[in-house]
Amino acid sequence: MQHGDLCAGHFLSYFEDKVFQTIQDYRLLERNDTICVAASGGKDSLTVLYLTKKYINKKNLPAKLFALAVDEGLKDYRAHTILDLKKFCKKEKIELHLVFNKKEFGFTLDEAQKKISQKRPCHICGVWRRYLLNKEARKLGATKLITGHNLDDEAQAILMNFFKANSSLSAHLGPVSGVEKSDSKKEGPFVQRIKPLYFCTEKETRLYAVLKKFPLHFAECPYANEGYRSKVRDMLNEFENNYPGTKQGLINSFLDLLPLIKQKAMLNKEKLQHCQRCGEPANNPICKACKIIEELQTKNKTKTGKKKK
Amino acid sequence: MKLTIKLEKTNTCKKIVFSKKTVAELLLQLKINPQTVLIVRNNQVITEDEKLKNGDSLELLSVVSGG
Repeated sequence: MQHGDLCAGHFLSYFEDKVFQTIQDYRLLERNDTICVAASGGKDSLTVLYLTKKYINKKNLPAKLFALAVDEGLKDYRAHTILDLKKFCKKEKIELHLVFNKKEFGFTLDEAQKKISQKRPCHICGVWRRYLLNKEARKLGATKLITGHNLDDEAQAILMNFFKANSSLSAHLGPVSGVEKSDSKKEGPFVQRIKPLYFCTEKETRLYAVLKKFPLHFAECPYANEGYRSKVRDMLNEFENNYPGTKQGLINSFLDLLPLIKQKAMLNKEKLQHCQRCGEPANNPICKACKIIEELQTKNKTKTGKKKK
Repeated sequence: MKLTIKLEKTNTCKKIVFSKKTVAELLLQLKINPQTVLIVRNNQVITEDEKLKNGDSLELLSVVSGG
C-alpha cells in the first residue's frame, strides 16, 4: 500500500493523470511553446521536469524544453542538489542552463545574508531568484516558465497573504501566475509562469519521486526553518492531520475567489516601469533586485570607511 | 518490540522500544506529524495503518524540503 488504497503502479498513474489534467484544464502549454523549467534538483523540480517531458512526448508536441537552475551560493546545500540535477538532465537528455547569484549580483546568498541580517534570507533569495529566472528564461527564448510549486506551497502563500492583508499579491497566485495571462506569441518583459503540480501535495510529490527512484539526496535549505512561511507550513500540516482535506479545501475556496481578486488587482494596476539600473521590469524606478545590491554595496563602503579610520 | 529508526532529516539512527502496533501509533510516540514523513520498510513505502513487528528497521523520509 502506497497512498491510501492505491498500490505503487496505480499511485503513479493517479499522480501523472492529475498533473496532465491540470496542464489541459488550465491550458498551461501550447503546441509551439519553448518551455523553461525552473529546476533546483529537489523533488518538485525533478518531478515537474520529468512529467513535462513525458507530456510533450505523449501529446507529440513540437515544443522545446530546457531546464534552468539558479545557484544562490548556499554552503553545503545547493552544490548537492545541482549535482543531482545534472545527473538527471544527462540521463533524460534535457538541456540544462546554470546562472549564479555571485556572477549576476556580486554576492552569494550567504554573503548577502551576513551583510544585511535584518532582511530575511527568503526575501533576498525570492527577489533574486524570480529576477534571474525571468531574465534568463526570456533571454533563452522561453514562452513558458514552469515552476515546481505544489499544493502545499500555494496553500501557504494564500494564508500568508491573507494574514498580512496582501490581497494584491494573491492576484498573482493560481496555476497560471500573474494578474493577467500573457500572450505567448507577443514578446514582453515577463515570461508566463505556470505550475503543473498545483493540485499535488508535497507528500504526494515526494512519494512520486521516491517511487520513480529519482536521483535525490535529502537536502534541506539551511534557511528552511526561518521566517513566516515555516510557521504557516507547520500550522497547515497540523490542521491537515486533524482535519484531512484542509489544504485542498483552502485551494478550492481560493480558486473560487481568484477571478474577483484578479479583477480588483487589474483596477489598481500600476503602469509597468523599467528599472533605471538594469532595465528589467519594475514597479518602481529601481527594481527590488537592484535595491538589494545597492544596500549591500553601501554596507561594503561603510565597512571600508570604518577600516580606514 | 524493538525497532530501529533512521531519520533522513537528521541523518541519525536510533533503537527504540515500542509497545503498540501500527505506524500511526509509532509516529504518535515519536511526536512526528504524519504529513511530514514517508515511512520506508525493506525499500517499500508503507502506510500508517501498517502493523509493525519486532526487529523492524524503518526509515523516515522527510517530505518538506524547500528551495
